[in-house]
Amino acid sequence: MLEECKRILKKYLAEKGSIISILQDVQDNFGYIPEDVVFWFSDALNIPASDFYGVATFYAQFCLKPRGKNIVTACCGTACHVKGSGPMISRIRADLGLEGEEDTTGDNQFTFENVACVGACSIAPVLIINKKVYGNMSPEKASNVLKEFGEEGRAS
Amino acid sequence: MTITGTNKGHLGKKALEKDLVIRVCVGTGGLAAGSGEVIERFIGELGNRGLRGEIEQKCVNKTGCRGFCARDVLVDVILDGDISTYQFIKPDMVSRIVEDHIINGSPIKEWLVGPDYHVFHDKQTKVLLKQCGQIDPEDINAYTAIGGYEGARKALALTPFEVIEEVKAAGLRGRGGAGFFTGLKWDFCSTSRGTPKYIICNADEGDPGAFMDRSVIEGNPHSVLEGMMIAGYAIGANHGFIYIRAEYPLAISRLETAIAQATEKGLIGKNIIGSGFDFDIKIKKGAGAFICGEETALIASIEGKRGLPRTKPPFPAHKGLWGKPTVINNVETLANLPAILTKGSEWYASIGSEQSKGTKVFALTGKIKNTGLIEVPMGISLKEIIYEIGGGMERNRKFKAVQTGGPSGGCIPASHIDMPVDYESLIRIGSMMGSGGMVVMDDTTCMVDMARFFLSFTQNESCGKCTPCRIGTKRMLEILTRITEGKGKEGDIELLIELGTDIKLSSLCGLGMSAPNPVLSTIHFFRDEYEAHIREGICPANVCKALRQYVINAEKCKKCGKCFKACPAGAIAWKPKQTATLDKTKCIKCGACYEACPFSSIM
Repeated sequence: MLEECKRILKKYLAEKGSIISILQDVQDNFGYIPEDVVFWFSDALNIPASDFYGVATFYAQFCLKPRGKNIVTACCGTACHVKGSGPMISRIRADLGLEGEEDTTGDNQFTFENVACVGACSIAPVLIINKKVYGNMSPEKASNVLKEFGEEGRAS
Repeated sequence: MTITGTNKGHLGKKALEKDLVIRVCVGTGGLAAGSGEVIERFIGELGNRGLRGEIEQKCVNKTGCRGFCARDVLVDVILDGDISTYQFIKPDMVSRIVEDHIINGSPIKEWLVGPDYHVFHDKQTKVLLKQCGQIDPEDINAYTAIGGYEGARKALALTPFEVIEEVKAAGLRGRGGAGFFTGLKWDFCSTSRGTPKYIICNADEGDPGAFMDRSVIEGNPHSVLEGMMIAGYAIGANHGFIYIRAEYPLAISRLETAIAQATEKGLIGKNIIGSGFDFDIKIKKGAGAFICGEETALIASIEGKRGLPRTKPPFPAHKGLWGKPTVINNVETLANLPAILTKGSEWYASIGSEQSKGTKVFALTGKIKNTGLIEVPMGISLKEIIYEIGGGMERNRKFKAVQTGGPSGGCIPASHIDMPVDYESLIRIGSMMGSGGMVVMDDTTCMVDMARFFLSFTQNESCGKCTPCRIGTKRMLEILTRITEGKGKEGDIELLIELGTDIKLSSLCGLGMSAPNPVLSTIHFFRDEYEAHIREGICPANVCKALRQYVINAEKCKKCGKCFKACPAGAIAWKPKQTATLDKTKCIKCGACYEACPFSSIM
């Protein structure tokens, strides 16, 4: 952990207002924003940890909990909504066994999240799995695509 | 570029002495449809037939989005200048194209685009999108070959004052949504005191349903860089930032490549093009906050803070990034500049309407046949956009409304379909231009649900700083949700209007000021739908789950019993070889029977 933190710090030391960029690199590296990493940077830059958390909790991109191995993102922008992203999302959540506010399956294989709009509106509804974009989805198609990521990915 | 090669195999030696260029779209939409694999297949198939060597990347060109994503993957095969365009191409169709068309000279007619494809493009006026789909966005030489960076050269030969006057004369207005006159904004900044000054490109295209900026960046990133150089020179800013949302990874990487290539060629850096003007560009990634598309919140974000807007005045042109004079321009606004500088303000001002000059790129989506990106002159009628360029409604359903301006805009119903699309006309009708998203809706869309959808988006994205937006939008959303759940009360509509008007007047920033627009606009044009929800407990479009009415059409019922088996509430009565019947009092409106019926006998 120390090595990565030092590398990120070096990259942004000369830059003004780099909290967001630092957090972005931290998330890219660790998959989420670990508490001990925040406190390390807070010490190194003499910026209160609360400033970091203020930023991390404001922007939707940042995750304070570890995420699953596969990141499934459903677009719920206007065009996708009009073309039926709702039923697709319900189907995916059902397939992954996610209830209520949960977003990560019990076995940490999948994290499911919504995003406001990825800008691929003409192929709505859109699903992104591990950064690969799937267009013209339906509940059935989404379910099939998820299957490709392994039966073991399903929560019981 | 001539390709010669030997064709190994049963055809013996064969030289293909023709100029061959193949163009495949690698915008996000194209890639999602499999264009990456299509390109690999072309390279493979041509290689297998002995046509190797120079082909690899030069011949099979990656291009940006040409706008017609509905027909992906689109492939141009150009032999000796003759262009044939194929649509809906899948990887395993490639070998036949190579064999029949490229080698044997006969295009495959049933895979070619029809006249409607050409209508889609011919009816547009392409300025920004002209090169998207024509040039390789990852090669600066492709850009300079078609006159790229000439605009910047011309600007650098004029004085900054002259550049500002030229942009004023062109009548360019901000394409991010508000439509402020660009030349005027530059004027304010250039006459403000304080150094260093900054030019920021707003690429935080957060409107759901909008992907114009993404496509311009992915398809022609250098046009944006060139625009920034021109703007920076005009206002006296040596430093540029591109603030781009993290959800656009391909656009970000294309920009990084473009900046590196431009720097190498001395177009970015110290003393660019030997002009004595220094200019550098840095990329700053957004972190998932719609509000950061607002100028002052964007600035706060670059400064590493929470994206909270602040009061204006002072405007960023006077006090912006780090308290210094700053101009923030939208991607499209900047990408217009090279053409204005090379072709002149008179040419630009000849396109469009009286107050709205130039072209606008729209993202046409929703229940329309030709979904994709279009570029049209300002002032064109909505009817022409939807029925001629857009190809009309999907499945020939009835046009109900089109939403413009994203979550800040409003709906335009069928009764106004002849209206011109420009800044003033859209505001007059209760909507706005916005960034350019146009979502087409038909009779299967519930307008109350749409209003609720937009408000839940803006409510979620509200930064929380000012009371009218933070609490006001929440209350409006609660009322709308109740209405869509069948719990609407008499007086709700009036309350929504009152709340909405107050929130518009008293919010701190543009998000709050425009959040009630979709609600007010749909109440204005579709009040009867709201009243049906509240007074009759019906959703006319049959969308709102709680108000859905399920009915078994006895004449169409094939007596298979699938609905009976699917119903979790025992609301369907059925015996073998008998028509099924539905008891409304037991129905929980889950829709399972509707999904289960293979004969569409349930409505």
